[in-house]
Amino acid sequence: MAIDRRDFLKIAATTALISFPMISKAITQSKGRIVVIGGGYAGATAAKYLRSWSNGSLDVIMVEPRTQFVSCPLSNLVLGGTKNINELTFGYDMLKSNHGIQWVSDEVVAIDTSDRVVKMKRGELAYDRLIIAPGIDFMYEQLPVLQSEEAQLAVPHAWKAGVQTVNLRKQLESMKDGGVFVISIPKAPYRCPPGPYERVSQVAFYLKNHKPNSKIIVLDANAEIISKKGLFTKVWAEMYAGMIDYRPNSSVVDVDVVAKTVKTEFESVRADVLNVIPPQRAGKIAQIAGVANVDKRWCEVDFLTYESKIIPNVHLIGDSVSAALPKSAHMATSQARVCANAIVALMSNQLPDSAPVFANTCYSYVSDKMAMHVANVYRYDPNKKIMVSAEGGGVSEKPSELEGNYAQAWAKNIWSDVLT
Amino acid sequence: MDQFKQMINCKNVHKFYRLTHRYLLVFVGFFVFSLNVYADEVQISSSHIQTLAASCAACHGSQGNSVGGTSVLAGLDASHLVLQMMSFRNGSRSSTVMHRHAKGLTVEEINALAVYFSEQKRVSALIPPSQLLEQ
Repeated sequence: MAIDRRDFLKIAATTALISFPMISKAITQSKGRIVVIGGGYAGATAAKYLRSWSNGSLDVIMVEPRTQFVSCPLSNLVLGGTKNINELTFGYDMLKSNHGIQWVSDEVVAIDTSDRVVKMKRGELAYDRLIIAPGIDFMYEQLPVLQSEEAQLAVPHAWKAGVQTVNLRKQLESMKDGGVFVISIPKAPYRCPPGPYERVSQVAFYLKNHKPNSKIIVLDANAEIISKKGLFTKVWAEMYAGMIDYRPNSSVVDVDVVAKTVKTEFESVRADVLNVIPPQRAGKIAQIAGVANVDKRWCEVDFLTYESKIIPNVHLIGDSVSAALPKSAHMATSQARVCANAIVALMSNQLPDSAPVFANTCYSYVSDKMAMHVANVYRYDPNKKIMVSAEGGGVSEKPSELEGNYAQAWAKNIWSDVLT
Repeated sequence: MDQFKQMINCKNVHKFYRLTHRYLLVFVGFFVFSLNVYADEVQISSSHIQTLAASCAACHGSQGNSVGGTSVLAGLDASHLVLQMMSFRNGSRSSTVMHRHAKGLTVEEINALAVYFSEQKRVSALIPPSQLLEQ
């Protein structure tokens, strides 16, 4: 049996060979410390691949106060009634132990980017390079009434999967037949472009089967459906005929939480179940670090390394990045790997890959079993210095059960890759 | 790339030609020609391909070891994977989504990905256990 270098080191580590100074140096001497803030799709992937691609030569410390990973992808199926939130909830044990990722369960309060120190509630961490994977934050200054926990109990966003998803499902279960579900969609960019329209389809699927006299009003701040438009339009007309009232250019300007009424610039709409998805920006940690330099919302990065354009040694990945790229889980993992690969090179004083390429596939479920995709390959354009869509990208011709099966496989495989 | 040249020139591919339709024969023949030209001129770095290959993990698992529901790519014969990708690309094999990825990649990338996946060990994919959501 051939033994490669990595196997040799593993064997050496478990035998007396470890006492040889050269080998023990190879095992123990770190090439640097990378701190990753945020254990979502992007951060967890970056941590894993940094360890793996550096052959363990980089110390990786994850700062994540939450003990559970709850998948946003598939969480709309909880609203449709075909998934339970527990099927989308995972721990980090396998990720930590399989890759030797150090874990700090603490909350970041400040980042000193000149001295390269992350300050947390209970301690500090110095870093050589920092990856911030903060996800999204809601711009409650635009809808201050929704900021409190009580308000969100009555009017959940359910745009970060978890207790709010369960809450929204319970509200739908309690709604009378003939009730009105109102959903407000913020202006793009926001997390998961097709997500709100998938949610409308899932709620329609549930209502059609259990409360067929009910209605759905979609208040979209955008001028039109911004993802898979033709497909969603057709599905709503054919599968859920007469149920969905889609109103474009409808920005919610105020919410009456008690009366479950929303105001747009044109009208007041009363709901039995109200789901307001607020406008979004890069997550709080990006704001704390001062790297959200685009409209004070999103983070401008170098697409070869995902290093911030304004603060050195700080990398941003996932939904927080300002880019003409969909804010999806697959995209977050793809960005995370390019970032990890670049950091491994940089920490060995090598140049990063000069032309990264990656793929994105997003499925949307329109019923319990049928799904449809949008898929693209993206490659780095050295002139524009951004990632651009390659030839061949596009959407399904129609939703199908076959793609529904592939969507389940997508979820299981991405969870396996990110969390083990 | 030497390994790939060797593989492309090997008997397996010629055997496969005899079993395929005429148009595929012509197509693969063209491809072998273009690959040989490519192999002498362009080098794709291993870290570039490793990163691109990892982008396939969302559907095909870590290092191509799918948990199920999609093809296992780890340890797959490289010429077989190239043929499938080129068939998705030219539409001779129908697909739901793979034609999008096959068209978005260059022939060089497809070749290098096929070699990369053929070299990966086939192992049982790990599945993270689900948990009760903490309220």
